[in-house]
Amino acid sequence: MEGLTLSEAEQRYYCDLFSYCDTESTKKVASNGRVLELFRAAQLPNDVVMQIMEQCGATRLGYFGRSQFYIALKLVAVAQSGLPLRVESLNTVKDLPLPRFAMTKNEQESRHAALYPSDADNSASYSGVIPPPPGRIQVKKGSVSHDAVQQRTSTDQQESTSPVVSPQQSPPTSPHTWRKHSRHPSGGNNERPLAGPGPFWAPFSEAQPGSSTSSDPIWSGHSPPPHQENWVSFADTPPTSALLAMHPASVQDQTTVRTVASATTTNEIRRQSSSYDDPWKITDEQRQYYVNQFKTIQPDLNGFIPGSAAKEFFTKSKLPILELSHIWELSDFDKDGALTLDEFCAAFHLVVARKNGYDLPQKLPESLMPKLIDLEDSTEVGEQTGEVGYSSSPAEAPPSKSPSMPSLNQTWPELNQSSEQWETFSERSSSSQTLTQFDSNIAPADPDTAIVHPVPIRMTPSKIHMQEMELKRTGSDHANPTSPLLVKPPDLPEENKISSSVKFTPGNTVSKYHSLFSDLIFYIIQNVDLIYSSKLLFCRSHSGTSPDNTAPPPPPPRPHPSHSRSSSLDMNRSFSVPPGRYTMFLLYVMLFFSICIPEGAGPHVHRPVDAEGLIAHTSTSPQQIPEQPNFADFSQFEAFAVSGVNKEEDDEIETHSEVLQVEKPPDSASSLRVAKADGRIEDKAPANVPSSGKGTTPLAPPPKPIRRRLKSEDELRPEAEEHTQKTGVIAAVLASQPSIPRSVGKDKKAIQASIRRNKETNTVLARLNSELQQQLKDVLEERISLEVQLEQLRPFSHL
Amino acid sequence: MAVCIAVIAKENYPLYIRSVPTENELKFHYTVHTSLDVVDEKISAMGKALVDQRELYLGLLYPTEDYKVYGYVTNSRVKFVMVVDSSNTALRDNEIRSMFRKLHNSYTDIMCNPFYNPGDRIHSRAFDSMVNSMMMQVC
Repeated sequence: MEGLTLSEAEQRYYCDLFSYCDTESTKKVASNGRVLELFRAAQLPNDVVMQIMEQCGATRLGYFGRSQFYIALKLVAVAQSGLPLRVESLNTVKDLPLPRFAMTKNEQESRHAALYPSDADNSASYSGVIPPPPGRIQVKKGSVSHDAVQQRTSTDQQESTSPVVSPQQSPPTSPHTWRKHSRHPSGGNNERPLAGPGPFWAPFSEAQPGSSTSSDPIWSGHSPPPHQENWVSFADTPPTSALLAMHPASVQDQTTVRTVASATTTNEIRRQSSSYDDPWKITDEQRQYYVNQFKTIQPDLNGFIPGSAAKEFFTKSKLPILELSHIWELSDFDKDGALTLDEFCAAFHLVVARKNGYDLPQKLPESLMPKLIDLEDSTEVGEQTGEVGYSSSPAEAPPSKSPSMPSLNQTWPELNQSSEQWETFSERSSSSQTLTQFDSNIAPADPDTAIVHPVPIRMTPSKIHMQEMELKRTGSDHANPTSPLLVKPPDLPEENKISSSVKFTPGNTVSKYHSLFSDLIFYIIQNVDLIYSSKLLFCRSHSGTSPDNTAPPPPPPRPHPSHSRSSSLDMNRSFSVPPGRYTMFLLYVMLFFSICIPEGAGPHVHRPVDAEGLIAHTSTSPQQIPEQPNFADFSQFEAFAVSGVNKEEDDEIETHSEVLQVEKPPDSASSLRVAKADGRIEDKAPANVPSSGKGTTPLAPPPKPIRRRLKSEDELRPEAEEHTQKTGVIAAVLASQPSIPRSVGKDKKAIQASIRRNKETNTVLARLNSELQQQLKDVLEERISLEVQLEQLRPFSHL
Repeated sequence: MAVCIAVIAKENYPLYIRSVPTENELKFHYTVHTSLDVVDEKISAMGKALVDQRELYLGLLYPTEDYKVYGYVTNSRVKFVMVVDSSNTALRDNEIRSMFRKLHNSYTDIMCNPFYNPGDRIHSRAFDSMVNSMMMQVC
């Protein structure tokens, strides 16, 4: 073929196309398939295509060399401009627009066909660069500003006049044209010397070759025929097309021609992959342009554009009023008759889209939804981040309030729940009537053991009883110290509103029980030598509630006169205090607690287990609770304790439980204590078992929960053992405490001996108490932390 | 669920009228037209009373054997007329009120649109969709 002279634009364009077709990267031959595709995309009749191919010599050669390809392209352009296909015309026809090809969807490529300026002098500088070739258009901004006719001043070009081609994703920026045109009469709004004008790039759209048409009439008045044609062709592409980002308008006074051409498009090649995601995305340049336009009407970016001004503005787009009305309906999000910046941008975007043939959506696309005004505070001329975010995530419709709101919403349930919990907790703790309700149906952890953990049940135990039950179950103390067992006489437990939630708020019980136990221990220690003096103890604790106001039964006969504690019993004789139950309970509690506390200080995982154990344990307690241990029973206990030394631990426990069962404490507290003491004894038993050093342990193997506790808390085992040893010693001492001989002389010695022993036990118990208290505190803290965690996790449990 | 909904301008010409398409819609048009007399009668009954005191919801304008006609007038004398099927006994007064309220809200949204000239026919898609939601769903 004869030499082909190509303009610079053509050169680049053809090169680009060739590269696109050069699937084999031979740089020499364009694959036929691609070429044919391309030609088909040119929307030329087949015979014309054949003609072209023949003329370019491809038919002859059988392949498309570069020159052939270029010739073919030029012929396509010729054909598209309606000129007869002549080889001669290749060089003769000047100012031929670049061939336009509507890309198929499969072609991951966007092309831009620049309108070749009709004026020859337009072959000016390219302010941009032709985007890299075919295939994936990853080039974000290959900006090409085709000078051509429409080339405005170079200032315009300086802006990123990049042909924006996002296939069918964003509406083209054709409105630029009319925008500019409208601007001129209005005296121009040269907000920004954006590049502008340039030739209008009709993007190659990947979409189906549509034939649209629509927005042409708008342009009709403004462009010279070639441009008209181009506009038409552009209009053809819209449905398929290409988004042309609105060229950040150069709003400079121009001739209409320039206006037309330069107008809109800063075409920008967008990432097709991203553009597929949201066809209504606003590009940064578009956004910037909209912002500038907004400023022309309303300098304050945070302000509104009144409806009338907006109407006037958009009317210039020459869209039918009906469509403008619909656009308004879509974009005026808050229906206030005025447009915020976001609303304005959305409206503008829709106008642009409509002008390019996109059908208006029925409802506002998410990416166009305006944010709340709070987010708009950051909008500035140069502020793109907001807009980027605006255009990027469809989910950003939620206003800026929403970020704070979710957190609020999150905190609320927590707060509510925590407050709820605390409320219930306080209710539980403070209310003297509140009683812990344990599930009495929970099977004992160790079915073998007859004695189970005292499980609070819904009944009328005293508060202390409940508290101790809770404490035992939870192994921790209440956060809110309730009246300790010993300090506060248990109120009549009429209400059995023991909420099972107590189980779930161990922290509450932790402190309470901690204090309870501490007090109990202290009390026990204080009265260690009076522990058998049920009179005193019983009086103190049950003064208010003890239904037994009768004279306390005489102290039980001491099995072993040599027992160190025997004197205490004698001493107690002087007290006219109802004996017994309390004493026994205290004993049991002490014993139990000495085991529980150190064990409880360990991992709290066992707490629920312990709870279960306790629950299981307490399941038997109900039977025991109504059975207030009579003092007489205490004697049985003593006997039991004495005999227990020689018995199997299990038997002892069983008998002990029997003993307890026999008892019918009207005061549940005491029964609770009994149970607890029982449990304690049980706890002590296993500890003693491993220790095995004591043959005097009258305790049966502990229930499994306790055993588990022991197992899990090996570190405490020595302590526990120690404690158990102590308690064992105590129990042994108690059990073996013989009755004080009546004889004076012997009594004196015995008393002194018992005093000494008692003092020893006193010290032992004191030490034990301190240690236990410490462990209790630790347990309490852990329990509180766990409870807090539980509260925090509670909201998520419902999700 | 209404059978016919109409928006009448102050000058008593229709701005918007839509009926269930199954029946002869002209009948509904006539019904709405005749109901305007009743509306005028009701609003004129207030007489000297301030407009504020006049409730917007007029209630049942008149019943016929097949349907009932409800009326609602705004402070700018724009009237909403709704024809509901008599057989639809589930419709209560509150529901009718709520429907009119929605209509009124949509109408105000239309008025906020600067491209809408008061007195023009209403072509709003949002309004259409809202009215559709209130119309009886007839297959």
